[in-house]
Amino acid sequence: MIYYFTAALTAILFIIDREKTIRGLKIGLKKIRKNSPVFLNMIILVAFSLYFVSDELILKFLGDGSGAVGVALAGGLGSLAFMPGFVAFPLAGILLEKGVSYTVIAAFTTTLMMVGLVTYPVEKDFFGLKITVIRNLISLVMAIIVSIAIGLFYGELFI
Amino acid sequence: MTKHLKDYWLFIIFVIFTAAGFILDLNTAQGVFDNFYSFFLTMIKFVPAVFLLIGLFEVWVDKETIEKHLGEESGFLAYLWAIILASTTVGGLYVAFPVAAALYKKGASPRIIFSYIGTAAICRIPMTLFEASYVGVSFTAIRWAISIPLVIISSILMEKILAAKDLEKISENT
Repeated sequence: MIYYFTAALTAILFIIDREKTIRGLKIGLKKIRKNSPVFLNMIILVAFSLYFVSDELILKFLGDGSGAVGVALAGGLGSLAFMPGFVAFPLAGILLEKGVSYTVIAAFTTTLMMVGLVTYPVEKDFFGLKITVIRNLISLVMAIIVSIAIGLFYGELFI
Repeated sequence: MTKHLKDYWLFIIFVIFTAAGFILDLNTAQGVFDNFYSFFLTMIKFVPAVFLLIGLFEVWVDKETIEKHLGEESGFLAYLWAIILASTTVGGLYVAFPVAAALYKKGASPRIIFSYIGTAAICRIPMTLFEASYVGVSFTAIRWAISIPLVIISSILMEKILAAKDLEKISENT
């Protein structure tokens, strides 16, 4: 899909300005070459993460988790795991049916989305170590806040 | 060449261990390799196109345009642009990072690119649709209502605490 879009866009731009478009594509190709090692590293980490932090493992560990321990476990697994939305949310649905609290689900999905150990090679390459660490730590804190807010809304937590 | 080889050290180790695992007939090696192969194919399906588009973006889009809408002088609307761009981002954060770096190089302010990355993590439309249908619309609504403001606040905070030296790294790579 995205290749068709890229091809169509390239064709249009090529008609408007040939020289500029070729220059753009050359920059793009250079970026592909330059970034392939970091992306390869990420794919390796993803391969390990998918194997060791599998759906079954998450079901098993979060299946009966609750309270602060559950949230911590969910946040930890969410940070380590790598899965696209179409895998993660059906899994979250199963967890809900098994009686796992929304608070724990929120901690898991939010860290899954925001905190990325497996995307570390790519993030570090583009943003440097310091920004990467700060962003991930802030995201971890945010996930806890979101999880508490969700817990309050669903009446699972009381203050 | 040696420099290139150095970039691939993890891949080389991975190949050696996987090969050893296959010889010893370990299930783990097979499992990890299957994941590697299938995710590699997934990535090939769109990541190269993303980089080509970034290349075209760098040549075709004027620095003034980005500076005006997403730069230091930009106002509240810039966050809206960041969120719209983020919600339509394909893939995951690994796509948002190079896009954010390209925007920064074109003059977008740090707080805007951090807002973009943050919202790209939490607001991508396809993902959100899955969330709303499996976990519930109100779950998604609260999550957005809480996390989007938090992302923006933390982005402004990050811009304040980071030194120019830390930010320089962003344009170094691209």
